[in-house]
Amino acid sequence: MTTAQATETGAGTRPLLELKGVSKSFGAVRALTDVDFEVYAGEVVALVGDNGAGKSTLIKAISGIQPGDAYQARFEGEQVHLDSPQDGTRLGIATVYQDLALADNLDVVENLYLGREEVGFGAGKNLRLLDEVKMEKHTRELLDELKVRTLRSVRTDVGALSGGQRQSVAIARSLLGQPKLVMLDEPTAALGVAQTAEVIALVKRLRDRGLGVVVISHNLVDVFEMADRIVVLYLGRRTATFDKATSTREQVVAAITGASENGAGKSSARGGEAR
Amino acid sequence: MSEATTPPPPPAATAPGTGAATEELERPDALRNPLRALREGELGEVRVLIALALIWIFFQIRVEGGIFLEAQNLTNLSLQIAAVGTVSIGITLILFLGEIDLSVGSVAGFCAATMTVLSVKHGWSPLLAIGAAVALGALIGMLHGLVVTFFGIPSFVVTLAGLIGWQGAQLKVLGETGTINLPFPGRITDIAFTFYSDTVGIVLALIGIALVWGTGLNTRRKRSAAGLDPGDFRLFLLKSVAVTAAILWAVFGVFNANRGVPLAPLILLVLVIVFAFTMGRSRFGRLVYAVGGNEEAARRAGIKTKRVKVAVFTLASALAAAGGVLLASRLQAVGQDTAGGDFLLLAIAGPVVAGVSLFGGRGTIWAALLGALVMGSISNGMDLLELDSPTKFMITGGVLLAAVVLDAATSRKRATASR
Repeated sequence: MTTAQATETGAGTRPLLELKGVSKSFGAVRALTDVDFEVYAGEVVALVGDNGAGKSTLIKAISGIQPGDAYQARFEGEQVHLDSPQDGTRLGIATVYQDLALADNLDVVENLYLGREEVGFGAGKNLRLLDEVKMEKHTRELLDELKVRTLRSVRTDVGALSGGQRQSVAIARSLLGQPKLVMLDEPTAALGVAQTAEVIALVKRLRDRGLGVVVISHNLVDVFEMADRIVVLYLGRRTATFDKATSTREQVVAAITGASENGAGKSSARGGEAR
Repeated sequence: MSEATTPPPPPAATAPGTGAATEELERPDALRNPLRALREGELGEVRVLIALALIWIFFQIRVEGGIFLEAQNLTNLSLQIAAVGTVSIGITLILFLGEIDLSVGSVAGFCAATMTVLSVKHGWSPLLAIGAAVALGALIGMLHGLVVTFFGIPSFVVTLAGLIGWQGAQLKVLGETGTINLPFPGRITDIAFTFYSDTVGIVLALIGIALVWGTGLNTRRKRSAAGLDPGDFRLFLLKSVAVTAAILWAVFGVFNANRGVPLAPLILLVLVIVFAFTMGRSRFGRLVYAVGGNEEAARRAGIKTKRVKVAVFTLASALAAAGGVLLASRLQAVGQDTAGGDFLLLAIAGPVVAGVSLFGGRGTIWAALLGALVMGSISNGMDLLELDSPTKFMITGGVLLAAVVLDAATSRKRATASR
């Protein structure tokens, strides 16, 4: 749980992850068509688009859960394959799913370490006995680092937590594997105002730790709050990219709805071929 | 009696809050508002102990001569629950997964019959025959588990088939004689008829007390050394003193006052401790709770959920076989209706009455012992009251129903309480 050094932000440097020409079809449906995508270390990229635009499909292609039919991928400059979830995990790509995938009957520590429990040493290791003290200590350190302060006890069942706290636990859990890239699918969906602020602050802290962060969101207020760059997908193509500092919500909305194929951002301008 | 001997920190929902993430030290929920904790199903074991105390007081008053709580009767009670309690350990494991195993009665009967035939008719040594019976149980359980996981068939149906099928196998193995007697005295029947001397009882009591205080203090020391909140000291003291008192009373007030510590219930107790330790402290136990709580989350966390399930079904049937052996030992024979009748009902009812959730993921192994004590006490008391069979069945059914309703009500409360 060492804090990664803050790396240089933004364009100019080599992307953490660079994808070229991602395509994915489900039968006759083309979910993604020749999409390029890049994330830099220490930035938050928001992936926006209408329902069915291909956001989740792209995330799944990156995480390796549902590999793309065709793609080229470079991670930290190296040519890599993203053909299975193990590929993604090995590279240091962590995904936080929309439905969280937490076990309500287990407490915060138990959920954080689910599937990668620490076992003791000596006889304890042979018997696979859990090292609860180590896990609880690390959990508290990690949550302190992330400034998650609303949890009263890390031994509370996750089922008793608020939506924001659950999201925080899910995000903290993704960090246990020391990832370099974290992808979040709708992290602020169905959260109240205060809880949304809590999660947005947490997402920013991931960036400050030098991680590359990809966020899917429908809520443009949240997007403008946390993202550095905004990538728009429209009918399975990447149609526009906006720098948050130099763009407005209206421009992004226009790109999402397809009203401006040549939006204010540097459009990929590859549209045109009718299906 | 359970919390303190279950090595803390306890695995499930019954854990009173330990460790506070914020600067201020919070008192455990259980202490701050014990009544609410009871209502919402925390402190589950305390609730069962209260129920048990009420049952004991009731029968002590109603049974003529006040013999219910005499050392003689309580020793008998401990012998009566050894077999069904052992089967209940397996049922408890299955319930943690949110599954059910209806075949444990038939498996217990079939394995006990196999053991008896092997040792009496084929001259196998008793120990080998017992080992074969338990191994046969494990194989049967593995078969159940594989069918459930790989064909995705509900365990209810698979083990219902097992209930009928293994009952048939039991009849087949016993053959035309129908009932086979076990040599008495003999190695197998000795299990149920061995009582240890007072000295052994004292040694066992000392070991138990040392374990309770040793593990408890050790955990507190380790947590303090790591800068974690070791939990409320008074609660720890209260639990440890209570368990110590219970051990002293059981050994001196009951067993040594009668025939001494009996072997069969001791086997049950050791099995409960081993499995409680495994479920609370080992990685395997954590995985079982995870699969029972949210199978999809466990799968995404990289846990081989099918393997965990097959392992639990295997253990459950092996424990059922062990229970069958204990039953045969006590009855000194195996017949066509051994482990039939209400044996299955009692084995499932026990843990449920003692607060193991039918919805999976919640409870502790101690529920197997406490549940067997509750159901066994009711059965024993009704026998002393000389109630007829129909009445006994109806009362037993009513107790089970009441316990399940309570479980559902507390689960709902827990779900709606957004603390």
